[in-house]
Amino acid sequence: MTLDAKVPSGQIQDKWDKARFDLKLVNPANKRKFKIIVVGSGLAGGSAAATLGELGYHVQCFCYQDSPRRAHSIAAQGGINAAKNYQNDGDSVWRLFYDTVKGGDFRSREANVYRLAQVSVNIIDQCVAQGVPFAREYGGLLDNRSFGGAQVSRTFYARGQTGQQLQLGAYQALARQIDAGQVEMFPRTEMLDLVVEDGRARGIVTRDMVTGEIASYSADAVVLATGGYSNVFFLSTNAKGCNATAIWRAHRRGAYFANPCYTQIHPTCIPQHGDYQSKLTLMSESLRNDGRIWVPRSVSEERAANDIPEAERDYYLERRYPAFGNLVPRDIASRAAKAVCDEGRGVGHGGRGVYLDFADAIGRLGKGAIEAKYGNLFEMYERITGEDPYTVPMRIYPAPHYTMGGLWVDYNLMSTIEGLYVIGEANFSDHGANRLGASALMQGLADGYFVLPYTIGDYLSKHMGEGPLPTGHAAFQAVETEVADRVQSLLSADGSRTVDSFHRELGALCWDACGMSRTAEGLAAAIDQIRELKGRYLKEVKVLGGNEQVNQSLEKAGRVLDYFELAELMCRDALMREESCGTHFREEYQTPEGEARRDDEKFTFVGAWEYGGPDTEPNLHRESLEFQNVPPSQRSYK
Amino acid sequence: MRLKLQIWRQENGEAGGQFVTYELADASPEMSFLEMLDVLNEQLTERGEEPVAFEHDCREGICGSCGMMINGQAHGPMAGTATCQLHMRHFQDGDEIRIEPWRSAAFPVLKDLVVDRAPLDRIIESGGYISVNTGSARDANEILVPKPAADRAMDAAECIGCGACVAQCPNGAGQLFTSAKISHLGLLPQGQPERDRRVKRMVETMEDYFGSCSNYRECEAVCPKGISIDFIARMNRDYVKALIRGE
Repeated sequence: MTLDAKVPSGQIQDKWDKARFDLKLVNPANKRKFKIIVVGSGLAGGSAAATLGELGYHVQCFCYQDSPRRAHSIAAQGGINAAKNYQNDGDSVWRLFYDTVKGGDFRSREANVYRLAQVSVNIIDQCVAQGVPFAREYGGLLDNRSFGGAQVSRTFYARGQTGQQLQLGAYQALARQIDAGQVEMFPRTEMLDLVVEDGRARGIVTRDMVTGEIASYSADAVVLATGGYSNVFFLSTNAKGCNATAIWRAHRRGAYFANPCYTQIHPTCIPQHGDYQSKLTLMSESLRNDGRIWVPRSVSEERAANDIPEAERDYYLERRYPAFGNLVPRDIASRAAKAVCDEGRGVGHGGRGVYLDFADAIGRLGKGAIEAKYGNLFEMYERITGEDPYTVPMRIYPAPHYTMGGLWVDYNLMSTIEGLYVIGEANFSDHGANRLGASALMQGLADGYFVLPYTIGDYLSKHMGEGPLPTGHAAFQAVETEVADRVQSLLSADGSRTVDSFHRELGALCWDACGMSRTAEGLAAAIDQIRELKGRYLKEVKVLGGNEQVNQSLEKAGRVLDYFELAELMCRDALMREESCGTHFREEYQTPEGEARRDDEKFTFVGAWEYGGPDTEPNLHRESLEFQNVPPSQRSYK
Repeated sequence: MRLKLQIWRQENGEAGGQFVTYELADASPEMSFLEMLDVLNEQLTERGEEPVAFEHDCREGICGSCGMMINGQAHGPMAGTATCQLHMRHFQDGDEIRIEPWRSAAFPVLKDLVVDRAPLDRIIESGGYISVNTGSARDANEILVPKPAADRAMDAAECIGCGACVAQCPNGAGQLFTSAKISHLGLLPQGQPERDRRVKRMVETMEDYFGSCSNYRECEAVCPKGISIDFIARMNRDYVKALIRGE
């Protein structure tokens, strides 16, 4: 199969207009005849389900949480970008587009990114109209701030809880459609497989997380909005329940998986403090606007942070990147932190931390001003660490946070399976090899509110009058049987180790071999180790309890089984990509200064993997990328 | 730290439940409360006993999934702190800790510490939104919102929907949760057209599921986000006005 991204012809500014004109429409009276399944209720899924409901489609929305309000988009702190140029500081759609392509290290699809920048302005309008309480100036207008990797103030925010407020906005729009009968909501229901017949997505098979019932749902189209796969690392900033099962099962059914090795490691997280640690907590990178990052100059430093004199501190980001200083993009900030810790200059538990110091900002602006901006973050930090960041510098360390890779989609957000759409973090589309701060919320809502609702009609219009496959069809029955067998095999494993113990082991493996820096040798070894670990998993794991009950061990066990396979593909992709770009840093490919060295000649493409089978290697397909509007250059933040 | 945990175990909604006592020998003060339960669950699984089911997700105090009664207090002893953000440094070596699911007839137990909070969604569905279809919004800066109103609306909007307010209330009342959403939207200019209809429908839905408020103020005391009961007063005023205006 050749990958056709279906990017419209014409100037980049006109492509989305052209697409919207060329895409076929479904007339209002016919929309109610179509049923659409949306899996996931975060920013992408919630906004898509609500908008499709408003348009008149019959929507079924599924989430694993007890309420659609709780999806992990809710935890995003810093903000959402939009090219409004309200601050009159030189922003424009073109600049947001340019920044995002450059920030992605020239590994994203230009046309998608331009569309994202275009609709970013509509998102803010929509969210304000919904009542999202964004921060305001005294004149009543919207406030903005600058955010990691940008030189303009284009980030809209609601205290440190922007994700929460946008998520609640989408949830409320969804609740309105549930009340109107347009959307049927299925909380505590986990998608365990996709049903494909005749090359088209026909529905899903789910497990009811209270009763254990395995059931089929059929529809005219299926939308996956199930987020990223950072939890493959076990320790990440994702919610504990975030998982890759939906996209991985779709991959096994024929959806290509693109750029799995592009995983973002966020620079400002609270460092690990013990072996029992269950997750890592992100501190908004807006903190980098006022905090200064440093480590001691000396490897043998033993004094407390405040006792180390100025001359013996190394503000390494300001030193290495004078133009951007502490505001360099995430991948660069993360690698720099790792580098100083590898030198032995790290601070705190295990020497895996750097200081983020607010003393200067408090001196300059006063404690009150810092409290007003970051009060809730400081409180959260103190709650977790027991230290007061107003008087003692924070300690931070990078942690897995976001995955740019995901299922391959064309310009219309359709995967390589007809009728299967993938939106938000679950797809690979807009961020290339590195995502800029405050762009995840933007992409989730762009896909859900403003892109998918247009593009899905084009597919549906071609299947007018056909109707969904009955769930009694053999295709559904076969998948249901497979799912039930899989559940049974997990429950009957006769081992003695817990699911988490395996997940931790897998996570540590991935972090070492496929985390912030990667080598051919390490990756090749990791692939073998992952296979070996997976082989032991089904023999040695122990899952107590039955299927017909709330069984959290069983839920986890299935997810971890999928992580093994995904982890292997992630390493394979990292091994294939013999260059460094964005977050993907291969030690063999760096400049003399230790920066990422891309190989545009050989690797200006999207690596989209086709599932080969349980014991067969996956097949690589390449979508070559063209940069006609932002000529590739070496990223420089010096 | 050595702890003695008394945990409510219940197979499912129909079965009866009971407290079971567990000894945990190796908790550490840096652990979060949920990590302490993780450690217990690992040990239980290894011993062949079913682990304790408890709801959790983000573990950052924002998704609102977690919540349990810890020594009789929703989310435990620290003010303004969800269970996942509670750390063991606030307990002593040798402590006995009693852990129960949310207490409320409106939140039936599904298993162990996991309850069904669906009525909270029903309340939002009955009007906790502004009716604006995607695409029909005007430019964001055409709507002026005075900063104090935006800030106050945000104070209310911070509710995470965990249900601690209901669980702690002797009456099992849902006033704090409901009033937070009514106030968030009612304080903003965008929320005015539906203000009367919203408060009326949401209050009536609330009363279908939850008990009545008699100003115990326990909800405010345990709210992990510090939502003020002033919003309840505001909701009551709005409700009366809506009735008078004949919505």
